[in-house]
Amino acid sequence: MPIQTQITVTVNGTRHTNPVEPRLLLAHYLREVLNLTGTHIGCDTSSCGACTVLLNGKAVKSCTVLAVQADGGNVTTVEGLAKDGKYHAVQQGFWDKHGLQCGFCTPGMMITAVQILERNPNPTEAEIRRGLRGNLCRCTGYHNIVEAVKAAAAASRAGGRKR
Amino acid sequence: MTTAFIGKSVRRTEDPRLITGKGTYVDDVKLLGMLHMALVRSPHAHARIKKINVSRASKAPGVVAIFTGADLQGQLGSLPVGWVLKQADTHTKYDMKAPPHPPLAFEKVRYVGDAVAAVVANDPYLAADAAALVDVDYELLGVVTDGEKATKRDAPQLHTEAPDNTCFEWDVHGGDYEGAAKKAQVVVKQKFINQRLIPNAMETRGVVADYNTGTNQITIWTSTQIPHLVRLLFAAVTGHPEQSVRVIAPEVGGAFGSKLYLYAEEIITGMIAKNLARPVKWVEGRQENYLATTHGRDHITYGEICGDKDGTITGLKVTTYANLGAYLSTFAPGIPTVLFGLMLSGVYKYPNVSCKVYGTFTNTTPVDAYRGAGRPEATYLVERMVDAFARELARDPVAVRRKNFLPPFKNGRAVATGVLYDSGNYRAPVDKALEMFDYKAFRKEQREARGSGKLLGVGFSTYIEICGMAPSAVAASLGAGAGLWESSTVRVHPTGKVTVFTGTSPHGQGHETTLAQVAGEHLGIPMESIEVMHGDTDRQQFGTGTFGSRSITVGGTALVMSLKKVKDKMRKIAAHQMGVPAKNVIFEDGKFYVEDIREKSMDFGTVVGEAYNAKNLPPGMEPGLEATSFFDPKNFTWPFGCHIAIVEIDEDTGQTRLKRYVAVDDIGNVINPMIVDGMVHGGIAQGVGQALQEGAVYGENGQLVTGSMLDYAVPTAEDVPSYETARTVTPSPVNPLGVKGAGEAGTIAASPAVMNAAIDALAHLGIRHLDMPLRSETVWRAINGAKAAKKAARSATATAARSGRKARR
Ligand code: FES
Ligand code: FES
Repeated sequence: MPIQTQITVTVNGTRHTNPVEPRLLLAHYLREVLNLTGTHIGCDTSSCGACTVLLNGKAVKSCTVLAVQADGGNVTTVEGLAKDGKYHAVQQGFWDKHGLQCGFCTPGMMITAVQILERNPNPTEAEIRRGLRGNLCRCTGYHNIVEAVKAAAAASRAGGRKR
Repeated sequence: MTTAFIGKSVRRTEDPRLITGKGTYVDDVKLLGMLHMALVRSPHAHARIKKINVSRASKAPGVVAIFTGADLQGQLGSLPVGWVLKQADTHTKYDMKAPPHPPLAFEKVRYVGDAVAAVVANDPYLAADAAALVDVDYELLGVVTDGEKATKRDAPQLHTEAPDNTCFEWDVHGGDYEGAAKKAQVVVKQKFINQRLIPNAMETRGVVADYNTGTNQITIWTSTQIPHLVRLLFAAVTGHPEQSVRVIAPEVGGAFGSKLYLYAEEIITGMIAKNLARPVKWVEGRQENYLATTHGRDHITYGEICGDKDGTITGLKVTTYANLGAYLSTFAPGIPTVLFGLMLSGVYKYPNVSCKVYGTFTNTTPVDAYRGAGRPEATYLVERMVDAFARELARDPVAVRRKNFLPPFKNGRAVATGVLYDSGNYRAPVDKALEMFDYKAFRKEQREARGSGKLLGVGFSTYIEICGMAPSAVAASLGAGAGLWESSTVRVHPTGKVTVFTGTSPHGQGHETTLAQVAGEHLGIPMESIEVMHGDTDRQQFGTGTFGSRSITVGGTALVMSLKKVKDKMRKIAAHQMGVPAKNVIFEDGKFYVEDIREKSMDFGTVVGEAYNAKNLPPGMEPGLEATSFFDPKNFTWPFGCHIAIVEIDEDTGQTRLKRYVAVDDIGNVINPMIVDGMVHGGIAQGVGQALQEGAVYGENGQLVTGSMLDYAVPTAEDVPSYETARTVTPSPVNPLGVKGAGEAGTIAASPAVMNAAIDALAHLGIRHLDMPLRSETVWRAINGAKAAKKAARSATATAARSGRKARR
């Protein structure tokens, strides 16, 4: 039996305690142990960003974090973006602006977009493109992803004003 | 005509599940008791397998079984080729050589990544651990990776069946090129390398296979574009009865042609599941994907274009070495021949075309279709040579194109390569593109920028592509091993809800939305009442799949046929019950009306109910409401367009950036403009990627140097701009929707447009040609080389002048 370590991670608001192998990647922990398969794996060199999740509020490539490093931490995956049956502005933007085709890059793309907007609620196109640099998409040519992020930014700002 | 759904940018019905993480891709399929497979792959490009020792691996933790090629030799068969070039067809010199392709190699390996053994364990990490412990003793053999060098006498030989590593020699001759060249005032010659590309669908391939010992059923989930063909070929190769094989293409994360084949892993995983009577999963790693999934392009071409000083082009000639890799992938022989050679007329009227293609084996990953497949290679040559021709004459590239376009036609036009285009108006997209892009102003800006270290260039590319694969008889005469028609079933349920079953198999194109738009339009019901099902051989009638921009042209037409059958039956029922002849009943706004008596009508739901309760059907009519259709088109469809690229080159560093991109496409009628634009965008990025940064590189020893995403430069969001798209509409006469297909246009036009732009930016320095990709180093060397040459020429003239003066004295 390989060595196992006990970890406790809060994912999308739910606390999970599991024994894991120290070498288990966070991406595999989410997908295989917690069955949250919305987080995808597209490469083996930390290049594609399909696996991006928020760990303690920061976008990380979950294929490059060990599950044990997330012990005690707080993770948000694509499954945790919608709240109270309402899409996150970024999800809505991706749907409205056709920001996805095959959908494989989309969860990671959206999580990165969430972080871009958290850091800069009113980004320029160049800033959006710079922020998305670590996430590859082969289907969309990025055009509509950029439009989706712009739309999400506009919607969040409008929502913010209302509040 | 007002439409409810057709022509509207309806948001995609696929998206809610995909933006919430609920899509099921292959790697998301989990079965009770599932095992995990890792493949042992050859680290050598060419070697004899002397011995495989699995004793260390089989003792590793979690290992359940290990199979070598020899273990499964009798069960796995040989991977089939679905496109066979035969001497009997006029283009092919001799029957092509199709050497055996064992899914697990057992005598020799022929490329880095050739699989030699499969390790099955109860955990994916443990399977990978154990795979590393399989000891294979290899005897190394000579390696060749270059598609042209492979044909040389002293090149290492891959297959005894294929002397000189040559699989086929194929040609097409229209008119008399040599005669034209003799008479021509201008002949321009150029060698072009269309570099090898790695498709890079963001989801790698993967297979889950399950075997039911009670029913003898094998179920295979696989990331594929062609579930029905995978089932057919799997059954043919393994001998497992076809009716006991079920293939499911779940959510597929992109493909671009790279998931269009029966792959070794589908056979291996399926047969190992059968042997072990347990579910088995294999998911390709990305570095593994770079070795084991097909590549695209890889042509070496010697090109020639000829014509007159007034700008009239009279002929085009190419000789191409098409690198096929180590073995033939399913459609490999069709790509650099039919989809390439027959496309060399472009949108032009030059009457003389000569093309010769050598398909060659090398110690590299097999090459097959990659987005555009053959057409980007052809368009690249045609459009770059037209530019070179214009430059040689110091004429404007747009003017030369205009002069040589085929005149507009609506219903069929034969060209020099012998194919028949459906409908075309090639000036229209050029005119529209030039409305969007101020050419004159740009030329001024270009001149002004020159002193500042920024070199600007504009590049044009028109294109034509062959889509709507395919009229089966024509395709068969050219080598296709299967019919290329498409199917649909429309099932109207008793409650009036509808399921559409399509034989096409999307992987990002949004068929669920587009086909529901077509069905909703025809049936007059909301899209929410329609579900589109695809990708499961147990649910759908046989279908061909999704590739070659065929789904709406061929699959959409098959759908329209079924919708018509359903409506006809409903009309008959309504007529019968309203007591009028069927020809007097019209269907409008979801109701069947008696012509001229608008108050007499039956609504859609009522008629459906009548079809099922069967109380009062016309005499002899069967109950129920369902129709199936198979559509085989009469011709291909031929989309076209004009793309313009504007690049900026940093004179000091050679860095080349795409600044602006204008794309005007004519793909006939459009069902969902938003989806079409999305496909055009993605295609452009792939074409731009090829022009500026992508390229698979092999070392002399056959190692893939660009073996991971760290080394192969897939474009990022920062590498490309936003695109400006527009359309002209020339409906296709070959299908009732008037559609031509949209999936590949961007990729086809983008590479030549960007390259022409770069040469335009550099031409004043004396640079006439560069090969893709335009990495900074390539451009920097070219600029410096050109400047050095100019300087040398200047000082030579000065010296000559000086000595001339001296001599005069
Ligand atoms: S899977 Fe994590 S970056 Fe690609
Ligand atoms: S939508 Fe397919 S990779 Fe981005």
